[in-house]
Amino acid sequence: MLSKSQARAFFLGGTLVTFLAFIGLTVYSFMPSNDQSNHHLIDEQVIRGKHLWETNNCMGCHSLMGEGGYYAPELTKVVDRKGEPMIKAILQSPVIWAPNGRKMGPYEMSEEDSEAMVAFFKWVGQIDLNGFDRVVSPLAKDKANK
Amino acid sequence: MKYKSQQVAYWFFALCMLLFALQVVYGFIMGFARIGMDGLHEFIPFHTARAVHTNLLVVWLLTGFMGAAYYIIPEEAQRELVSVKWAYVQLISLALVGVAAITGYHFNIWEGRKFLEIPRELDYLVVVNVLLFLGIILTTLFKGKRQTTTALVLCMGLVFAALLYLPGMIWFDSQVTDSFFRWWVVHLWVEGVWELIMGGILAFLLIKLTGVDREVIEKWLYVIVGLTFLSGILGTGHHYYYIGVNKIWLVVGGVFSALEPLAFLAMALFAVYMYRKGEKTHPNKIALFWTIGASIVSFIGAGLLGFAHTLPQTNIYTHGTLVTAMHGHYAFWGAYAMIVLAIISYAMPNITGRKKFDNFNGHLAFWLSNIGILGMVVALGVAGVVQVYLERRLGMEFMVAQEEVKIHFVVMLLCASMFATGVGLYIYEFFKFGRPTDEALAKHDEPELIAVS
Ligand code: HEM
Ligand code: HEM
Ligand SMILES: [Fe+2]
Repeated sequence: MLSKSQARAFFLGGTLVTFLAFIGLTVYSFMPSNDQSNHHLIDEQVIRGKHLWETNNCMGCHSLMGEGGYYAPELTKVVDRKGEPMIKAILQSPVIWAPNGRKMGPYEMSEEDSEAMVAFFKWVGQIDLNGFDRVVSPLAKDKANK
Repeated sequence: MKYKSQQVAYWFFALCMLLFALQVVYGFIMGFARIGMDGLHEFIPFHTARAVHTNLLVVWLLTGFMGAAYYIIPEEAQRELVSVKWAYVQLISLALVGVAAITGYHFNIWEGRKFLEIPRELDYLVVVNVLLFLGIILTTLFKGKRQTTTALVLCMGLVFAALLYLPGMIWFDSQVTDSFFRWWVVHLWVEGVWELIMGGILAFLLIKLTGVDREVIEKWLYVIVGLTFLSGILGTGHHYYYIGVNKIWLVVGGVFSALEPLAFLAMALFAVYMYRKGEKTHPNKIALFWTIGASIVSFIGAGLLGFAHTLPQTNIYTHGTLVTAMHGHYAFWGAYAMIVLAIISYAMPNITGRKKFDNFNGHLAFWLSNIGILGMVVALGVAGVVQVYLERRLGMEFMVAQEEVKIHFVVMLLCASMFATGVGLYIYEFFKFGRPTDEALAKHDEPELIAVS
């Protein structure tokens, strides 16, 4: 029968091996040659957009790359779907935006802020998501799956 | 209860009860918003309610783990806590940081990073608080007469949980990297180190409640936490399928996360087997129900319902839908909420000296909350599957599909009322126990285990 010290060795050994493998894979994933996110395209605007995304907790209702709340639509390809002017108008609106009953805002963003948001969404929209955006409709309006 | 300083645990548990009650209130706010009753939008919009609901969950569970450690470690190490005064300082500062964070969420002060909404400035206070906690617990353990495996596993879980909080505090410009390291906190907590905490509490409770030999229980504890890390660390990959990182995670995450249920299965078999093997029974039936219940429901909620959407082929359809919410509720409930309620149920009679071991209200609270949440989970599951089908198979617009699943939220809210009644009853019983008393320190206060004929 298994002894207590063998059980402990199993725990420590398994942990060490998988932990090292995990670190190795993490390093591998972030090697520039494996980048799928167009990291070089992240500019001041995109960073500002990400900052706004966080300070307003947009993720509390919406999801982005499938992460976030389930209360409001997925926004990964929102620029494709809604177009830039519409997004800016919604973000700048001084009144609650509630096209289908569920309420958002009002955010009353400035022109610059709403532009930064759009820049952020454009950058996110170009990330290679390993096929998530092809299966999941309607992320992109022209790619709606049938 | 053998050591006076174990009384500190009472105050952690009391805070735990208050935060839990508040968490449920915010759950209702979101549930009602989902069926169109969002009159509170101006003051508590959905994203505020969500941040409060999930953060209170994490904080009350952590408070419960801390209370558990303050109760368990003196008993395992066979000495008083090194400082009771600092333990109270830690409790009060924890409550203050928590209240500050939750209040901030109502005034747009947060960082919209799911589950890690606490602003970085407050993160530093959290770190100080946790260091204080670990300092008290670890010095008590290592100055004690013995360092049992149960205590070591529990403490290892607590230390790793603190360390893993750090990757979530690093600042990244890329949403992809940000998300990647956010999972080091969120996933490696619930599917890694928190399982050590759960395992430690479970082992302690089984030793106390069943009378099975410590050596046997602790041997299996190593096997369980071994399985946890073996599968859970690389299993993190199941969150990396579709967030813009390398495809290698589809394989690694798929294979290893599919093994994760084994640890939960082992935990369930372990608890049930030890219970049946035990030749003694403890009069605290309520604690026994919560203990065995936690091991079984965690296997269903985390193990089975987690497995249901963990393979990349399924996850591509369910990722970020109500299917995830279904699993999140039952997994958190079974694994962590129930184990905290188990240790509280076990500790209260010993801390307060009131031997109310087995009463009707206690059982009613157990069944109402468990049947209630099962109903909620089924409702969320149906809503999730319908959402996946309409939105991701038929290509329906998000909001059109949401309209279709509204009715399931009515059902969910009905079940939630039943759940909340059970929780209310549990909390009522908790406060009816009264305060800690020194009478409870009598030498032979541990009830003698009764031999089963
Ligand atoms: C007690 C343990 C567990 C808890 C508390 C838990 C909780 C959660 C929560 C809250 C989420 C949502 C995270 C988010 O989207 O931000 C989640 C996601 C997920 N969980 Fe678990 N879980 C546990 C165990 C497991 C296990 C053992 C498995 C697999 C066998 C699993 C598979 C998944 C998967 C695949 C997702 C991603 C869903 C998606 O893509 O939207 N979980 N879990
Ligand atoms: C009266 C009881 C409750 C109600 C009505 C309720 C309702 C909700 C709702 C509506 C959401 C948001 C889903 C969305 O984004 O659309 C949510 C999220 C969540 N709740 Fe609850 N909840 C309740 C109790 C609980 C309990 C007891 C737990 C834990 C044991 C819990 C854990 C969670 C978690 C982990 C999430 C985040 C899930 C995710 O992001 O995948 N809730 N809840
Ligand atoms: Fe996970």
